[in-house]
Amino acid sequence: MADEKKTVDPEKEKRKIKSVRRMKEIMTAYYIDAKNAGKSGRKVAWITSGGPVEPLIAMDVIPVYPENHGAMIGASKMGAVLCAKAEETGYSRDLCSYARSDIGASLTNGGPIGGLPAPDFLVCCNNICGTVLKWYEVQARKYNVPLFFFDTPFIHTDFTEDARKYVRTQVDEYIGFLEQACGRKMDYGRMEEVGRLSVKAQRLWRDVLETCAHSPAPMTAFDAFFHLALIVTLRGTRVVVDYYTELLAELRDRIARGISMVPDEKYRLIWDNLPVWYKTKWLSDKFAEHHACLVADTYCSAWSGVLDLIDENNFLESMATAYPSIYINVSIDRMFVILKNMLVKYRADGLVMHSNRSCKPYSLGQYDLQKMVMKELGIPVLIIEADMVDERSFSESQIETRIDAFMEVLKQGR
Amino acid sequence: MEAMEFLRGVAADPHAYARKWKSSGGGRVVGYFCTYTPDELIRAAGCLPFRIFGSGGNMTRADAHLQSYSCSLVRGGLEEALSGRLDFLDATVFPHTCDSIQRLSDIWRLSACVPLHFDVVLPVKLNTASAGRYMVDVFKKFRSDLEGATGTGIDAEKISEEIRNSNRMKRILAGIYEARSADPLSISGGDVYSLIKSSMVMDRGEFIGLAEEVLAGLGPGASAGAGSLKRIVLAGGICSHPDVYSILERSGAHVVWDELCTGTRYFEGEISEKGDPVESLAARYMDRIVCPAKHSDIYARGKNIVRIARERKADGVIFILLKFCDPHAFDYPYMKESLDAGGIPSILLEIEEKLPPEGQLLTRLETFVSTL
Repeated sequence: MADEKKTVDPEKEKRKIKSVRRMKEIMTAYYIDAKNAGKSGRKVAWITSGGPVEPLIAMDVIPVYPENHGAMIGASKMGAVLCAKAEETGYSRDLCSYARSDIGASLTNGGPIGGLPAPDFLVCCNNICGTVLKWYEVQARKYNVPLFFFDTPFIHTDFTEDARKYVRTQVDEYIGFLEQACGRKMDYGRMEEVGRLSVKAQRLWRDVLETCAHSPAPMTAFDAFFHLALIVTLRGTRVVVDYYTELLAELRDRIARGISMVPDEKYRLIWDNLPVWYKTKWLSDKFAEHHACLVADTYCSAWSGVLDLIDENNFLESMATAYPSIYINVSIDRMFVILKNMLVKYRADGLVMHSNRSCKPYSLGQYDLQKMVMKELGIPVLIIEADMVDERSFSESQIETRIDAFMEVLKQGR
Repeated sequence: MEAMEFLRGVAADPHAYARKWKSSGGGRVVGYFCTYTPDELIRAAGCLPFRIFGSGGNMTRADAHLQSYSCSLVRGGLEEALSGRLDFLDATVFPHTCDSIQRLSDIWRLSACVPLHFDVVLPVKLNTASAGRYMVDVFKKFRSDLEGATGTGIDAEKISEEIRNSNRMKRILAGIYEARSADPLSISGGDVYSLIKSSMVMDRGEFIGLAEEVLAGLGPGASAGAGSLKRIVLAGGICSHPDVYSILERSGAHVVWDELCTGTRYFEGEISEKGDPVESLAARYMDRIVCPAKHSDIYARGKNIVRIARERKADGVIFILLKFCDPHAFDYPYMKESLDAGGIPSILLEIEEKLPPEGQLLTRLETFVSTL
């Protein structure tokens, strides 16, 4: 994920984001806590990346993210091996590689951290896909634990009042489920505080990402992919607010001192879809070679994309609108509006779309979005076919050729 | 049998049927992909619900919109629309089905040029009271949207009448399935396929009349040799390859029952004819054996396939799944395990736009059947 070189090159040293170290400490402490939950008596819940984590934090449950685990597996280049383990037990190779690698890891206690701590219960929210539902059903059977399914109706044209009421009722059902699973009542005062911290963290995360509106950008989307882990896993806690405050200060300081991540940044690109976790370094170097900086992406910004819909003083109520409204739970035309704003705001020269075999809700529709972007904004779009975790679906030479050709188009456009 | 001959023709060319229905003063034709579409409401509005099955290959236009890792139903359906072969459609309904069909709905709305588009965003969760209430709300809204779009009032009595018709159809199809289960040679797998497929594209009254004739005409098959045939249950989603049945029959087996969306999951479970008809419809969709793209009891499908195999004295189960159908592919290992635990052999056939070469498929099926 983050770039770390053994030999010290002062030029490279200057460009490194120093907060990375703190981030690694926090994530390590978090996983140690989670792995030791049995000793501390705290409950462990597995939850989807788009799921409502705040009530878990308020109930002092440790949230564990199989998707974050999948990203770690991918970044550790252990994806193909663990996916193959799941395939041996009958899961098709065409299924999501987060799911396959997580299932593979849970069958073998494999992967970079020796498998996730077993869950006491599962919380699945389908605002990111229907795949998580099937994946969590698999794990609910395997671990024989309760599954709470938070159902967020997809928004094609409108989010209806009927749908809002349905989701609002589920917020109460969810809290009831947690109270039963934890054997104690929700402290609504604590919940309010967690809600406020969550909103605060989302604002800081938005501000962190928006530092890249500056030219040259103080970091790239590849850095954002790394720093993302906290807003996903622990939002609603103080540590996230403190960390992003620190990171934001560092990035602003970089801007003030003229430190860019990509030396001699000439081209500004936007990334669409999940990262290619096992190739972030390679892709980052590849684009940097062309003086191209990935200044923003549609993925990381999803965790601050619904701020306008959240009322920090009425968090539980506004959850019912905010959670169904996130980026990939909306139609292609709604996504285009968000994407267009991003392309304009970041003054992008091009768009790079990762057509991700693992993620149909994110990837199907990209061809249409590509045409809309080219037609309405006249911005070139590159689509690369790959997969987020399963490195068997990555053709390096082919992708390299396509990136080089795309950059050639951008250079000629100047 | 003339009735069966007619139904075979409809199944072979459903487009011709819909065009003819429309030109002879029928009304509007409403396309759909998923059997969670409340077709009784569509019929009550005087329209013909028309299930879209994909194109069976030759993708040229859909590839400009959909990656190669979309299933053949989604790509094939879009191909049908973009090539103009569905130009008789007045509307399309998308009840939220799966990740792929969810995106297909967007692409369809933006590119397929069908005049009316309805997203009927059903709950994915089907085992709570609040989801049940939301289902009713969604159906009520669909009813009023349909009324607005067609300018036709849909009164409760019309819906009740369609519910009674649906139940009649369900009983006839169940009767045909029972007859086949009792005597596998009484009707061919291909004919049962034609019956199910035509039920999903035809005027209901007309279908009921023909299907009743078929049922009444079912006599004992040429039962010589029936005892040596292996009894097979099909499991999966949509089976739109009638050739599978004849190849299977040549391999020494016969389908006696199924757990398909184009089969029992479509017709099993009658709709209550009492109380508010929209609530009755919603209740039936909440209760039916769950589609893997929906959530209910997480053991239900495993238990159901074992129950079916036992009740139908099946020698084996064939999973017939569309490649790239994620919901089914996720359920497959656990359903297979459930069957293994019950000592019931199974095999998986993964199907794309076109079936594998006939010889290859026959060899696989013969090998499986010979082990039973």
